[in-house]
Amino acid sequence: MTLAPGRPMREIFGETVAELASGDPRIYMLDGDVGSSTRADIFERAHPDRYLQMGIAEQNMLGVAAGMATMGLIPFISTFVSFAVVRPLDQIRVLIAQPRLNVKITPSYAGLFTGQTGMSHIIVNDLSIMRSLPNMVCVAPADHVEARLALQWAAAYDGPCYVRLGRDATARLFDDDHRFEFGAARWIRDGGDVTLVSTGAQTPRTVEAAELLAADGISAGVLHVATVKPLDVAALVAAAERTGHVITVEEHTVLGGLGGAVAEALSEIRPTPVHRIGLRDVDVESGASDALLDIYGLSAARVADQVKAILRRS
Amino acid sequence: MTARPGSLPSRIQAAEAARLAEIARRIRVEVIRTVNHARAGHIGGPLSAADILAALYFHVLRIRPEEPTWPDRDRFILSKGHSSIALYAAMALRGYFPVEELLTFDAAHSRLQGHPDMTRLPGLDMSTGSLGMGISAGMGIALGARLTGRDCLTYVMLGDGECQEGEVWEAAMAAARYGLDNLIAIVDHNRLQQYGWPGDGADGRIPPQAPGELAAKWSAFGWRVLEVDGHDVAAVVRVLEEAGRGDGRPVVVIAATVKGKGVSFMEGHYFWHTRAIRPEEFDAAMAELGEPAAGAAGVPR
Repeated sequence: MTLAPGRPMREIFGETVAELASGDPRIYMLDGDVGSSTRADIFERAHPDRYLQMGIAEQNMLGVAAGMATMGLIPFISTFVSFAVVRPLDQIRVLIAQPRLNVKITPSYAGLFTGQTGMSHIIVNDLSIMRSLPNMVCVAPADHVEARLALQWAAAYDGPCYVRLGRDATARLFDDDHRFEFGAARWIRDGGDVTLVSTGAQTPRTVEAAELLAADGISAGVLHVATVKPLDVAALVAAAERTGHVITVEEHTVLGGLGGAVAEALSEIRPTPVHRIGLRDVDVESGASDALLDIYGLSAARVADQVKAILRRS
Repeated sequence: MTARPGSLPSRIQAAEAARLAEIARRIRVEVIRTVNHARAGHIGGPLSAADILAALYFHVLRIRPEEPTWPDRDRFILSKGHSSIALYAAMALRGYFPVEELLTFDAAHSRLQGHPDMTRLPGLDMSTGSLGMGISAGMGIALGARLTGRDCLTYVMLGDGECQEGEVWEAAMAAARYGLDNLIAIVDHNRLQQYGWPGDGADGRIPPQAPGELAAKWSAFGWRVLEVDGHDVAAVVRVLEEAGRGDGRPVVVIAATVKGKGVSFMEGHYFWHTRAIRPEEFDAAMAELGEPAAGAAGVPR
């Protein structure tokens, strides 16, 4: 079975925040001059008076968002993940996370798919960084259906949050009646031999990998962790008890992201063999999506191959 | 008591100027007393900012200490957050919290953290301490005030050394573009920073900027520039009232100050940026500030 194609998450971003703003006058869009890429332009067309161009100045943009939040407004941030997390990290730390201000850090262009822009624009340690900030919560939706729900959740959540969105379409994982529950991991597929724990736009590919494994007689469950922080530790423990072996899969570095979070939790609570699939400690480069997935081992076929290799060694 | 946009700035009465000068003196006394007690904290910057803070908290700001989150209050952000003790002293004297609480400054569990923490102390309009950020947050507040129709002004105090941070100029560009004339930056232009640039000035160092450089830069970034003697409280009040009369541009008040002002041997020296005070220095400082040596306000040294 192959999953049906989904829609680009960035379009969902512009559309959903525009819809939310129609019902909530406190919502504003702050754009770091990439609205035509992140599709904040959809928001701008719907609410021209609530689209605030902040120019190519991300540090100031995050600081302005903090100030607006103290005035009871709800700023959403439009930029790329690469420019939303590290460049203004100190502003996020001191002005947003520490004072627990209600700023929605909602960049797109997460992971490898940045429109063939290369290493300056590809950041694969954003979850490692953001999950280490006290008071920050981290959500990484799997497809456009869940992206819309995550943004709706973010608007209602009172506090700083990081919603990691992709640029492109993923395969469609969820039906229209999908419900997003903050903090809850979700079983996508049952399996008794091993549990694949996955997050963000990688999850549809991980599901496809599980199907390839099934064809080889390996029963792999898939647990989708949309909320990377706070982590659904109970679901992970249940997975560990069920299969006795957990493999994390993420379009992100294996250092400190989902794999790190899962290893930290299980090693303390229910020691279980954990293997991590994702980018190792490597440089990245520009290239077509399929090529990048192949290079970094994140296509369904490459994930399935790695899982088989891990199981053979275990 | 604050002049609002549209009213003309007036010369304040001599009695009011004397009252504010006395408050500034008491801020300095509390700064020395508290830093001496805590054996930690900055000295030079708080002393240079004392007169401006007295003018703000006792004459200019529309605030309600008994209702620190009053939605229509004027906002104040101490972007040079390392001068927190001067702000805390001004707030205590204004009635936000008991003066005795200053003795908890910098201690564990205190509301008076080394740098301002808005989650702990009501009345702080932003957490600061990492330099260059307060002006961005102030821009967000001023923008938010405009978008929500609140008639409040937002004041942000920066250091001249702090103006070396790039974010200051990102904010300056953006605030001018949005024409935020409800945003008033105040540069405490004390011409020193922590360690300074090697040169032939005081202590073998030269100031953060050349003379006239700050005014030229803010002006080039589209701001209305006003200059004042930052130790003449009457003049500070006048210039801040003038700053509140919006003309479509954000305003910067460049206040010429002396780092360490009020204690002769602390004035103009880099090493008084932050330093433990020796007992004989404490007594001499208190004497210069016109305060009997020990515990005049029931506060041990």
